[in-house]
Amino acid sequence: MTGSPLEDRPPLAIEKVRYYGEPVALVVAEEEYIAQMAALRIKVEYELLPAVLSPKEALQSNAPLVHEHLDKYKRHEEVRPEPGTNIANRVKIRKGNMEEGWNNSVHTVEIEVTLPQSDHAAMEMRCTTAQIMPGGKVILHSASQSPYVIQRAISESFQVPLHQVIVHTPLVGGSFGGKAAVQLEYLAYMASHAVGGKAVKLVNSREVDMIASPVHIGLDAKIKLGCTRDGKLTAAEFVHLFDGGAYSDRGVVMSRAGAVDCTGPYRIDNVHCDSLCVYTNHPYSTSFRGFGHPELTFAIERAMDILAKRVGMDPLEFRFANAIGPGDTSPTQTLLDRSNLGNLPMCIAKLKAWLDTDDSPQYETHGHLVKATGVCCFWKNSNTPTDAGAGAVVAFNADGTVNLLCGAVEIGQGTRTSLTQLLAERLRMDERMIHIAPEVRTETDPFYWKTVASRSTFLVGNAILRAADDAIAQLKGLAAVVLQCLPTDLDVGGGRVFLKDAPATGLAIEQLAHGYTFPNGTTIGSQVIGRGSYTMQNLTLMDPETGKGKLGPEWTVGAQAVEVEWNTKEFTYKIIRAATIVDAGKVINPLFARGQITGAMSMGLSFSSREAFFFDEKGAVRNNQIRTYKLIRFGEQPEYFVDFVETPHMEAPYGLRGIGEHGLIGMPAALANSLTAATGVELNRLPLTPETIWRTIHDPV
Amino acid sequence: MTLPPPAMYPVACEVNGEKRLVRVRAADILLSTLRDQLGLTGSKPGCENGDCGACTILVDGLPVKSCLMLTVEAEGKQLTTIEGLKNSPVQHAFVRYQAFQCGYCTPGFIMNCEGLRNAHPHADEETIRVWLESNICRCTSYEEIQHAVRDVFTPKT
Repeated sequence: MTGSPLEDRPPLAIEKVRYYGEPVALVVAEEEYIAQMAALRIKVEYELLPAVLSPKEALQSNAPLVHEHLDKYKRHEEVRPEPGTNIANRVKIRKGNMEEGWNNSVHTVEIEVTLPQSDHAAMEMRCTTAQIMPGGKVILHSASQSPYVIQRAISESFQVPLHQVIVHTPLVGGSFGGKAAVQLEYLAYMASHAVGGKAVKLVNSREVDMIASPVHIGLDAKIKLGCTRDGKLTAAEFVHLFDGGAYSDRGVVMSRAGAVDCTGPYRIDNVHCDSLCVYTNHPYSTSFRGFGHPELTFAIERAMDILAKRVGMDPLEFRFANAIGPGDTSPTQTLLDRSNLGNLPMCIAKLKAWLDTDDSPQYETHGHLVKATGVCCFWKNSNTPTDAGAGAVVAFNADGTVNLLCGAVEIGQGTRTSLTQLLAERLRMDERMIHIAPEVRTETDPFYWKTVASRSTFLVGNAILRAADDAIAQLKGLAAVVLQCLPTDLDVGGGRVFLKDAPATGLAIEQLAHGYTFPNGTTIGSQVIGRGSYTMQNLTLMDPETGKGKLGPEWTVGAQAVEVEWNTKEFTYKIIRAATIVDAGKVINPLFARGQITGAMSMGLSFSSREAFFFDEKGAVRNNQIRTYKLIRFGEQPEYFVDFVETPHMEAPYGLRGIGEHGLIGMPAALANSLTAATGVELNRLPLTPETIWRTIHDPV
Repeated sequence: MTLPPPAMYPVACEVNGEKRLVRVRAADILLSTLRDQLGLTGSKPGCENGDCGACTILVDGLPVKSCLMLTVEAEGKQLTTIEGLKNSPVQHAFVRYQAFQCGYCTPGFIMNCEGLRNAHPHADEETIRVWLESNICRCTSYEEIQHAVRDVFTPKT
């Protein structure tokens, strides 16, 4: 069995098939077309079993069980399945006193929201090769965010010593969380094993990639939110039912994220949350950009807008008044300070200034066209394992250039460039003097947990700075002998090691990089190789009853807006403008940072405006092609506005905060809020297609 | 079961200015031939259904999705793949405006733009939009690509 954190998934279906698209057999052939023809000759007879087609259905007392032996599955990490039910995990938050909270509430709102499962749809489909060498060494190439997780997973599942498993990950053609899961690698190993260890390549077609490999999680949520007469939030109660699909994979950890940050970035003293990962007979879910946060944010931010209306406050003002800050506590009772929490009021103020720059009102009509703006705020902590870590090696070449070795995977986010910049800054060296290979190789690159959760510049970045400091100490130590001074008298920069007080006196780094050679040939020292590593510090697990715990190092916060033009005749709309103000801690590469934010916004607008899997009555996905599963295309992009606030996170390199996922998080909520303002009906269901909106108005079921 | 060896057909075409002769099955698509036989892996499969544009190449100067063309149809044609471009203005603009992230869709976008330059050297915004609609980028916001392409089609003084 495979699966992390809960081992509930056979690589090929055993006894029963739990979702449409689940792999049932493997064919290995010398040519792809031969394999395809052979696969057509496999006859499978299925007996139709009753299916569970939504998280709500899954919790009915008479619902069929997707997994009958939930109690028998091996568990890694924290996970609390409830055998005899379809609940793969339940996470509880119990903070404050709910009775008191509701007693102090003058206004309350109760809503339900629904986000269906959708797809990552990275342009490169998942693919992998596996080969088993005669000596037992296993070599895999995989388009993955998690080469080191693959290494461990193959080692544990097939009893191969860890060091015998080698994983290579070249540049990956997009992933967005979807390639953090391990799936094809097991199959490719089994296929190679079946043919005596020959190299076997396994590539998903787009159709298979969309339904057989893990997808973006869905959510059915119920939320009740209360505030005082003057708009101070008093209490919040949540039930999050995440649609984990047929196998739990990272869905259980996302259900935890759905609890940890359930309130959004607001000060609420009384919080009650049950966040569940529920089995259904849908494709199984794994991490997706934002890791539960776009979903939880949709729930809280829809409720915030409705509550603001009840109180009679401007939606942005209402958020500003309740914005969480230093001295407050998170739902898991972590005390917040200026370092572990970005500056939300500043983000809101900047967003307000942007909204006010042109004189056009936030709601106006021209004939059958209605222009309206929606806003929202977000926060995100990373829900990383308490021992997530990374290493780095900084090796000097004889010419004074540097090879940087680390395990962060390049998936288009520019991480290997940004990490190079961090090193260049610390070594005070031209970044073109630093070489970094495009690919990650587990046998030579130091370990990195995995390239997810916007954590690479933090974990790998910290490891690199430590490696740089180690190398600097070596350079100074060696130079001190030659220059007859103390290492503390020296500085490193501009390719030299020199006296602080007399910068003209010094040595070029290439004179020291492989040891220093005196005129008589005697050499002291040797190659300068800096090493550094870093692991998450002071994180804790959650208390199972109250949720108390420290689940990540810091919260990135931000405020977003979307402006739409709604056509009341045609029930269509255009997205005119979209804005994100995010507290990035420190912007490392301005062009990349903007690209990450606008790219994520685009993905969020695409997903909330049109993306969803449509199922037939038996649970089969009907739209597993890009032709029928629509994505945003060139020409549909709105005008983007991005700005940054920089409040340093003291534990991070140069104070930076994660920003890779965050542009996406509030887009669904802001879009729904803008369309709600435009149409005058509460839109609590994604995707926001003209049909969904028409049904909400004319055919509410 | 053993399959009879498939009938193979010779196809002569020009790829990136070089004469090439390949032997293919009737069912082989051009994208596979370029990647697997000629080692030109710059053209990417994204859907093999004509929906995403990642495999776009130029056939006699105009963009074609190479997943929708049979290799046998390439007989006598001039093919240009991303490997056949060097320092083209479109490539430079994509770099300057950071119009890619993972880069998987980029060869298709660039080849489509090259085709657009051939067909409409003075394309206006609307023509650009209609042409580039056929390619999908999942990483960028398209804004970067719009800036790059707009720059290419802006007359330089």
